[in-house]
Amino acid sequence: MAVAFPFSAIVGQDEMKLAILVAAIDPSIGGVLVFGDRGTGKSTAVRALAALLPKMRCVMGCRYGCDPAGAGGCDDCIALKAKGVPKSHLVPVPVVDMPLGATEDRVVGALDLERALSQGVKAFEPGLLARANRGFLYIDEVNLLEDHLVDLLIDVAASGENVVEREGLSVRHPARFVLVGSGNPEEGELRPQLLDRFGLSVEVKTPEDLPSRIEVVKRRDAFERDPAAFTEKWKKEDERIRKRIVKGRELLPQVRVPDAALERAARLCMALGTDGLRGELTLMRAARAFAALEGDGEVGDVHLKRIAAPALRHRLRRNPLDDAGSTERVERAVAELFGG
Amino acid sequence: MTEAAAPALSPWADALTIAALFAIDPAGLGGVAVHAHAGPVRDQWLAALRALQPAAAPWRRVPLHINDERLLGGLDLAATLQAGRPVAQRGVLSEADGGIVILAMAERLSAATAARLAAVLDTGEVSVARDGVALVNPSRFGVVALDESAHDDEHLPPALTDRLAFRLDLSAVSMRDAFDADAALPADAADEVARARALLPAVQIDEALVDALCAAALALGIGSMRATLLALRVARAAAALEGRDSASQDDAALAARLVLAPRATRLPAPPPPEDETAESPPEASPEAESDANEEDHGEDAPDDSAPLETPAEALDDVVLEAAQAAIPAGLLAQLQLAEAAASRGQSAGRAGAVQPGRLRGRPAGVRRGEPRGGARLNLIETLRAAAPWQTLRQRELAPHAPRRIQVRAEDFHVTRFKQRSETTTVFVIDASGSAALHRLAEAKGAVELLLADCYVRRDRVAVLAFRGDKAELLLPPTRSLVRAKRSLAGLPGGGGTPLAAGLDAATALCDAIRRGGATPVIVMLTDGRANVGRDGSRGRAVAEEHAQAAARQMRAARLTSLLVDTSAQPQESARRLAADMGASYLALPYAGAAALSTAVRAAGAAETPRPRS
Repeated sequence: MAVAFPFSAIVGQDEMKLAILVAAIDPSIGGVLVFGDRGTGKSTAVRALAALLPKMRCVMGCRYGCDPAGAGGCDDCIALKAKGVPKSHLVPVPVVDMPLGATEDRVVGALDLERALSQGVKAFEPGLLARANRGFLYIDEVNLLEDHLVDLLIDVAASGENVVEREGLSVRHPARFVLVGSGNPEEGELRPQLLDRFGLSVEVKTPEDLPSRIEVVKRRDAFERDPAAFTEKWKKEDERIRKRIVKGRELLPQVRVPDAALERAARLCMALGTDGLRGELTLMRAARAFAALEGDGEVGDVHLKRIAAPALRHRLRRNPLDDAGSTERVERAVAELFGG
Repeated sequence: MTEAAAPALSPWADALTIAALFAIDPAGLGGVAVHAHAGPVRDQWLAALRALQPAAAPWRRVPLHINDERLLGGLDLAATLQAGRPVAQRGVLSEADGGIVILAMAERLSAATAARLAAVLDTGEVSVARDGVALVNPSRFGVVALDESAHDDEHLPPALTDRLAFRLDLSAVSMRDAFDADAALPADAADEVARARALLPAVQIDEALVDALCAAALALGIGSMRATLLALRVARAAAALEGRDSASQDDAALAARLVLAPRATRLPAPPPPEDETAESPPEASPEAESDANEEDHGEDAPDDSAPLETPAEALDDVVLEAAQAAIPAGLLAQLQLAEAAASRGQSAGRAGAVQPGRLRGRPAGVRRGEPRGGARLNLIETLRAAAPWQTLRQRELAPHAPRRIQVRAEDFHVTRFKQRSETTTVFVIDASGSAALHRLAEAKGAVELLLADCYVRRDRVAVLAFRGDKAELLLPPTRSLVRAKRSLAGLPGGGGTPLAAGLDAATALCDAIRRGGATPVIVMLTDGRANVGRDGSRGRAVAEEHAQAAARQMRAARLTSLLVDTSAQPQESARRLAADMGASYLALPYAGAAALSTAVRAAGAAETPRPRS
């Protein structure tokens, strides 16, 4: 796709947009899962992200896009540093679309076939995980992904490092990325292990009110008829969001989390009976990133309330005596705790 | 489509209109889902479509079980070895750029293949990352999905149909219509389509028409936004076909009829003041039920979403009426069935129908991995994987080592298999005094009938009975019909009704069956009146409380179940129990043994969703 639909032109779907922006501010939240009906603009939103994000500085000539300010670095950076101080340049943040049917060798990287054939040289050719380093890895139809690829992604996403042992080649390189998955629950459920890796999960539904449906159709139609003009029209809006991200990132380290907020978060998780501490941790981080996005210096109830559902709904244990969906359960617990 | 669908036009004329509209903008309109059996009518329609395409446009047939390499592209091994550098080959989807892709037997298309097609339709490019090849080829094409489904439980993958503008049913078209000279395409039709294609980018559409199409889609309960967008494009194509540069009300009405109507999930709510839109009484009850059904998914708005309070009311009505007139009779009922099946399949989770396994079943692709744990080595793929590296590996060897093909562990590929998992029907029989008095013999007869059916379907059966103060596994899962009969014949009746114990035992057994890889279906025969609790305590109140808790646990385990009320009169207690279990309810007095067997078959069918991989 040459031009992506502008992020700011997406009608409604506030929770999805919020989750994506929050993950862009603090990648350590651990990814976003977007599940929902067909034709709701799931992939549109993710693909729009690439154009939205501020550029990042990285070491010139490093195939893994390392941060020049980062310590240590990958094999490429070490080799570059040996020759002197490496130059750096600004590049767009990678949003890597994982093609369906991708094979393992292309995902993790493998021997460079071209050089092996023509020169008989063993050289490592980085795969999609290397390209996604410091950016986003997007998997559409994540529930149709092959099991062995899922295992592999879980492993790399957890360790932030990709280890390749192949053809006597032993390569490890940084692969820290925000995993973004989207899918339709009708195609099958996601394995709990993978579900848990996603920091935030969003349920998207088709808009049910006529005015926003009309707006969706009109904007999409205008975009398709003249992508360039449409993108131009929304450039300012996109720019505004970009500035919010930049400011939010700057503010993030200074956002304070008062003890009261920590206690609230812990109470909420206890009331919902979420497994492990990951829920609490994610809730806290996401609330902080959300506060930063809003330009607030301190995490308060407003932030916790808004972010509770995406941070916790996929971590609830199934309760045999409660038929309500997980979203309702989170909302109910929030209402009880925060008083409406 | 029924005769009511198109007052003036025959189905065949509609089919030709669709062909012409689709030929104007194949990539923009996504495609056509053609429901028809293979035969002259379908061939005639395909020939008409082909004649409307530019002569040079590609026309590619995609076989059902195509592998990713052919579909998307990959490494051309022969050329690679010959050239001494990687040579990529294009897949069918890249070759089809600017033309049409025909999917044969699309109702059996796997969800994975459908998702790949959908991705290409969405992005307009084929992106491949496999076997050392990474490339992106732009490709825009239209899809003709040939749907030969004969049963209600077969249908095209929804991920695909959502992206195709048209649904065409040719099964109602007779040979005479299709080959009638008067109904044939005019000789200059192809030129007309070509003119329309040139005109299309300039066609404008009035905002009021856009509003009307959106309102119609909402009123018909169409969730996906793609449907409306496709309708909009169809309206434009229709205007272009007529040689106009702005779409008219008729164009929008045509788009609503061809695109929106077949996707309707409900009939529009009649306007509050005077009923003038349509006669909805005959459909009223399916509508109500389908709404209730959708609310289960929590994805549908309440019915009173007031679609008719828009400014351009008159226009909305025209568009909506056009769509409504084209809704085939019985569509809603069909839809409901399909949805019930889908939701059942869903609630039963992935442990259900098709299980990817390593050892048995139909081959389902190859993956890298070592042939351990009984996995079967795929020799061809292994050699293919090894081939490109031979030069490199030979060089690493000692100079005088014998020259053999160097295959290493990382080349190993194993074949994966897909296996349709078996169904195990668990009969849970209430053999207590209250049931035995009335109908134990009848229940046994019904079970025997069911057993014969299970035998035909190669199902396994298990029999659990509960009486006195406990449940007893009379027959562990088996295929032996004779043993099942014998265990039933010897089943004594009488004693208390430990309903909770029976339910607990059934849930535990089903759990074990699931872990063994099969799909359990519960058939419970009882009157639902418990009088013995979980702990063996007597007393109706306690027993019923325990039974309710056990039933809810069963429901939480998401088991497919059928409750057969064996009491002389349908009992409220049994109905309530069925609701707690999440089971379908069937009263035997209405049913009789034969109807019972039909019901179990239906429950089994709902349990077996379409194959996925």
